Amino acid sequence: MSAKLETLENRLRATLGARIARFVVALGEITIETKVADYVETMRLLRDTPELDFDLLVDLCGVDYSTYGDGWTGRRYAAVTHLLSLAHNWRVRVRVFAEADDFPVLPSIVPIWNSVNWYEREAFDLFGILFEGHTDLRRILTDYNFVGHPLCKDFPLAGHMEMRYDEKEGRVVYQPVSIVPREVAPRVRHEPGYGEAHD
Amino acid sequence: MTEIRDHTLNFGPQHPAAHGVLRLVLEMDGEVIVRADPHIGLLHRGTEKFAENRTWAQSLPFMDRLDYTCMMCNEHAYCLAVERLLGIEIPERAKYLRTLFDEVTRLLAHLLSLGAHALDVGAMSIMLYALRDREDLLDVCEAAAGARMHPAYYRIGGVSRDLPEQMPQYRESKWKNAATVKKFNENRQGSLLDFLEDFTNRFPKHHAEYHTLLTDNRIWKQRLVNIGVVSPERAKQLGFTGAMLRGSGVEWDLRKKQPYAAYDKVDFDVPVGVHGDSYDRYLVRMEEMFQANRIIKQCIAWLRTHPGAVMAENHKVTPPRRADMKSNMESLIHHFKYFSEGVHIPQGEAYAAVEHPKGEFGIYAISDGANMPYRLKIRSPGFAHLAAMDEMARGHMLADVVTIIGSQDIVFGEIDR
Repeated sequence: MSAKLETLENRLRATLGARIARFVVALGEITIETKVADYVETMRLLRDTPELDFDLLVDLCGVDYSTYGDGWTGRRYAAVTHLLSLAHNWRVRVRVFAEADDFPVLPSIVPIWNSVNWYEREAFDLFGILFEGHTDLRRILTDYNFVGHPLCKDFPLAGHMEMRYDEKEGRVVYQPVSIVPREVAPRVRHEPGYGEAHD
Repeated sequence: MTEIRDHTLNFGPQHPAAHGVLRLVLEMDGEVIVRADPHIGLLHRGTEKFAENRTWAQSLPFMDRLDYTCMMCNEHAYCLAVERLLGIEIPERAKYLRTLFDEVTRLLAHLLSLGAHALDVGAMSIMLYALRDREDLLDVCEAAAGARMHPAYYRIGGVSRDLPEQMPQYRESKWKNAATVKKFNENRQGSLLDFLEDFTNRFPKHHAEYHTLLTDNRIWKQRLVNIGVVSPERAKQLGFTGAMLRGSGVEWDLRKKQPYAAYDKVDFDVPVGVHGDSYDRYLVRMEEMFQANRIIKQCIAWLRTHPGAVMAENHKVTPPRRADMKSNMESLIHHFKYFSEGVHIPQGEAYAAVEHPKGEFGIYAISDGANMPYRLKIRSPGFAHLAAMDEMARGHMLADVVTIIGSQDIVFGEIDR
């Protein structure tokens, strides 16, 4: 681990203390996990502490962990935020899991970084995660009147509805999809030790 | 009859200045913008969902189709993310090739953005000149990778192949007689690097022409100066990156600050704006083109003297050489496994970002150990920039919205994904 990453780790631990639910250093990147109750305060500290100074929010990404690995036991929905500090030139990743799987709600952090506005709309659109306090939580990428949240793992790849121009009616109509699901490449996971040299 | 002043205006999605499929709902007071509400998603193809159902190698060509004007930089971010997850190093020559083509891409993107921006604002000729330069660079892409627009040249572990020794030439046809063909082929006698070097020698003169046509042009300045001013504090708060951030006077370039590929070994300068208006962003992009040309020159010089491999040798994660497959059973097995089942990537997550012509383009990949991503998030710079449209356009006139769209350098492939 480089000296810079170590400095960042020490400062994060000193500033956030018990607000860090899980701390992971892997592949030269630091990931911290926080609880929903501590989320907003953690983010505010990350931005406002001069030793950390994360002044740029790069990305907020929704994740649906329901089919991760060999059976996921944790919470289903998470929002993963990537922060960048221009002054210190370092990054951190913050993950927060929404507490209820059937009705995921997270506090909005738009007042801390205005840039997160559309990212939260996107996570709501694609995953159905609600952001409490967001003033304009509309769908953003999907069609007007779209039903469902397409990046959830239980949403089929071909979707539910398709759209075409109807010659007779002279307008665009919606109808159930006619695409037959087809598996191009099967998803495969290997058991541990697969393909290693035999002794 | 009372005069109606407040009204709502639909700008796009079929407006030629909307740079693709932007639907902008503008609330106007007379001709002044009160609120701008961009409706995006008309080009949403679900790239992230597709990637979850394709092997890691199969998703790579999707990256070209995100920001279709900066295709190779998109591939670069994807390759960096996957390579970080795999923990592999790529050969030095591949790094220089990636640097070279990143800068070729930067020129391609900036030339198109400059041409389209000028066209929107009312200067017709720049587009024609910009396309003249783009033509040569697209020929370079075609010669190296086989395709002009969507080359899929970068691969996990390196680049797909080394540069060709002979630049393809024009042939005589019904439309081109011998004299024309001879003239067209004058700079195509040598290798691809010779052709590209000839271009880099020509380009500064062309670059000066663009400056002559626009930089001191009174109409151009009247349309751009003090339009869409963003302070450095607001630029950071709004998540700006790339030329948008530098135009506001923040010195930040990932190529310098967090170098990848061979950027730590080439010499270039980072231009920074002062006022944060559209004109400064234009100047930043112009200077970036000049610097890109410098970097290309340095890469050419290095590539000429350093032959070598362009793909990592670990054939569990990269395809084996065709010739080896004919005689070596293990290579045949590697080939079969690579193209059928694909590469398995250990559990983990990585975020890799590159300095894309538009800003920071990042790929956040989560793997659960399978042969395809568990989640692939594409962080596109234009998404954050367009989100700031409301703030930038407020209080400006309707015609200035066109300038702001042009100066944000919006491309819908990356915003809608």
